[in-house]
Amino acid sequence: MPLLSVKNLHAYYRTEAYGISRTVRAVDDVSFELQKNEIYGIAGESSCGKTTLIKVISGSIKPPLRIEGGTMTYTFDGRDVDIASVAPEVMRREIRWKEISYVMQGSMSILNPVRRVRRIFRHVVDTHQGIDDKRKFEALCRDHLKKLGLPPDILQAYPHQLSGGMKQRIAIALATIFRPSLIIADEPTTALDVVVQRGVLQLLKDIQAESSNTVLLVTHDMAVHANVADRVAIMYAGTIVEEGPTEVIFGAPQHPYTQHLIASLPVIGDKGTRSALPGAPPNLASPPSGCRFHPRCPMAKEICRRVVPSMIQLDTLHRAACHLVGEREEA
Amino acid sequence: MLKVIRDLLRYDGRFRVAFIFLLATFIMSAISYVSPQDPGRTFQVPLDRSPSLQYPFGTNSRGQDVFWWMTFAVRNSLYLGLITAAVSRVIAIFVGLTAGYRGGYVDRILMSVNDSFVVMPVLPLLILLSFLFRGRMGLTGLGVLMGLFGWPWDARLIRSQVLSLKERSFTRTAQYCGAKDFHITIFEHLPFVLPIVFATTINNMIWSIGMEVTLGVLGLSNVTLPTIGTTIYWANAHQAMVAGIWWWLMAPVVVSVVMFLGLYLLSQSVNEYIDPRTRLRRIGA
Amino acid sequence: MRNFILRYLLPRLGQYLVVIFLGVTITYIIPRLSPSDPVERQVAEIMVSGAHFGPEAIAHMRDALTDMYGLRGSPIEQYLAFWARMFQGDLGPSLSRFPTPVISLIARALPWTLGLLITAVMISWVIGNILGAYASYYEKSGIMKVIDVASQAVRPIPYYIVAVIFLIVFAYFFPIFPAGGAYPVGRRIEMSIWAVQTILRHSALPALSLVTVGMGAWFIGMKSLTSNIISEDYVVYAEVTGLPQRKILYGYIMPNALLPQVTGLALNLGMIFSGALILEVVFVYPGMGMLTYQAVLANDYSLIMGIAIFSIVGVATAVLILDLIYPLFDPRVRHQ
Repeated sequence: MPLLSVKNLHAYYRTEAYGISRTVRAVDDVSFELQKNEIYGIAGESSCGKTTLIKVISGSIKPPLRIEGGTMTYTFDGRDVDIASVAPEVMRREIRWKEISYVMQGSMSILNPVRRVRRIFRHVVDTHQGIDDKRKFEALCRDHLKKLGLPPDILQAYPHQLSGGMKQRIAIALATIFRPSLIIADEPTTALDVVVQRGVLQLLKDIQAESSNTVLLVTHDMAVHANVADRVAIMYAGTIVEEGPTEVIFGAPQHPYTQHLIASLPVIGDKGTRSALPGAPPNLASPPSGCRFHPRCPMAKEICRRVVPSMIQLDTLHRAACHLVGEREEA
Repeated sequence: MLKVIRDLLRYDGRFRVAFIFLLATFIMSAISYVSPQDPGRTFQVPLDRSPSLQYPFGTNSRGQDVFWWMTFAVRNSLYLGLITAAVSRVIAIFVGLTAGYRGGYVDRILMSVNDSFVVMPVLPLLILLSFLFRGRMGLTGLGVLMGLFGWPWDARLIRSQVLSLKERSFTRTAQYCGAKDFHITIFEHLPFVLPIVFATTINNMIWSIGMEVTLGVLGLSNVTLPTIGTTIYWANAHQAMVAGIWWWLMAPVVVSVVMFLGLYLLSQSVNEYIDPRTRLRRIGA
Repeated sequence: MRNFILRYLLPRLGQYLVVIFLGVTITYIIPRLSPSDPVERQVAEIMVSGAHFGPEAIAHMRDALTDMYGLRGSPIEQYLAFWARMFQGDLGPSLSRFPTPVISLIARALPWTLGLLITAVMISWVIGNILGAYASYYEKSGIMKVIDVASQAVRPIPYYIVAVIFLIVFAYFFPIFPAGGAYPVGRRIEMSIWAVQTILRHSALPALSLVTVGMGAWFIGMKSLTSNIISEDYVVYAEVTGLPQRKILYGYIMPNALLPQVTGLALNLGMIFSGALILEVVFVYPGMGMLTYQAVLANDYSLIMGIAIFSIVGVATAVLILDLIYPLFDPRVRHQ
């Protein structure tokens, strides 16, 4: 039983200004499943639709973003929940943070600059689990922080007195305080230096191992995926182009885009030059026809220009969307 | 330019209103040149007639047609606003650019003086000044005088724009490429500063015309010249409200509301047009 | 704490002294730029008024006026003497109500202006900010749209014009409020409920004008501040954690958006004060503005000068007080 099953999801931004209407197809026909007790990574360049995908599956859909098709079903404690049709109030009180929590991109500035850290904990706890007793609340927070190896004194601090790594850890502590089924981490280490990154990732891994919930890790940084994720999905221009166990994606990538991503990673001792992909990521307001990667693909064929490739199951856990892979399979 | 105006007219309601109001203001000031009436002379028409087809704004207790008098008032107030704006623009650009580019103690001293002028209540000082020079100061003199007090807000704005431009990577790139600072200022930075200067010009005009109204009401500007302020001065001097000649006060009120709103909405609309962030917010990106 | 004093407190105090120094110096220089000799002008004006004086009396008068204007000695001596008098709170005698000291005329008018100004500024600041934040944070409601349009419409209009509109509408066409004054002519004010009532009724229109213009400005400012802060990470995060909107508005958006509004209040105080002066003239309200008007009418140069200096020092002091309060709201300044 998967925790979340997403089928043929389409989510577009529709805007109109100065008389021109625009449709940005940020998430276009995406399907995947999140299992319980795993770390699932989503990789891709900036503006490939990663952040929109997170917004949609965490149920924070606000105009101009709209769901144009597909289903998203969660299974919490054996109970199926269609996230798109949950009443906002139920979503806010019952599902947010208790079932799905979020470590936001740019965690450096997620803390209200004019309030102590304690106040943010207080607000979050109050919203989802009204604890009237001040001492109980204090004990809950201190216990939780201690478990994560953070000094409980940080409750007393103002955000500007804390380091970037500490703020990121606080973001993780806030996200895990109710032991949610799913933790979505959006670029959790992007603004941090490498040494601090390691600590933060280790913390995330430890928490996942300890409470065996699911972590959805979204980042463009392939090295992070290699270190942390159990399975990885590669997104390009609003669609998933390849998905598989981390070892397979890094060891035997099938889609040309994935191959390029892996090949561009530095390898210790290798002094050869890394090739850059020509061109820029496509504009999602008017994506290319056929396979969206074809204008940049070194192996593009005639068919790639015309026909949108469908997902091909290569193994029980490994699939890719590419005409070339399909031909190879048939041969 | 024409295309920009056409686009703004089509998609920005505020710009449409501003356009109509300002057009009316300009037409009003333009027809003062064909006025049948000399604003310096009194007792030209019957006294105290309420608005009619013949006298659209009525006539006042000094025997003047309020409509034709107002055409001169609008023209003079606009002229005053332009003088003040020009003078204070020169100071604001100079102080803003110098403080922004030189930085260090020059910046600190200039901004310290600048901020002092920002918090200082200007009205009592202007009253003192125009009181001492009363009767000896024409419209141009008054405009220059107000220009000397009207620069600090905008100098600060220009300085902060320069500071942010200095930090942008294209400035660094230009410097590494060996471009002279002067060249960078004129060719790279001025195009960014000019729109701000334009928007602040309008706000400055609003401020100075409003200040003139205040001084005029107190009888501190040259009361023989028709301006919006002196119109109110004369109406008060003849106790227009007590005598029930409300149109004498209504005319400057309506005209100035149209003019101020036109200028303000224009500056808002232009501000939004030149600031891509607000535009982006509008299209929801 | 050391950092706080060095980086926040000392610069503010320095700024305060600079404002006062510049203000007093300008009021010292301005009369000396005037092409005419103030003493001769004053003498001429008194002669024109028809009174007859012997040459001796005129010489005596000249002497007294030279003294009063502080025109004895070299410019530097004059300047230092000018400062010395400032420190003693001596603004000289009023010319039109000789020999009443200027400072006591100001002292009589000041409570009226302060009462009007403080009440109106507080009301407009608080309401304008709350409405502005609401208008920007919640889905646009009809009332908010009306307030928005009204604020945009009032924003650029000078205080004087707004006041005249109120006067025409509420005192002439619909005489709800008295057209002027702070209490009926000829009545002495005593402490009584009746007195409080009439003063409130008479202050209503000037206060309403101040509040209308001020509220519009704070509303527009707060609206745009809020729309920027809404996209800040900490607000988006608070929304994501599922906090109720009310809590986000009062706990996250307002405390942050109000900081620039406090600074804005400090920076605009001079302008608001000027606006209040002119409103008093329209409504014949017996405060500093009316005193200024009377001084202009009576050619009372020393009174105008005293008012100018007093206004500058007063506004600068109010700004300093706001600057000293500011750290209470912003922990980043407090714990540097």
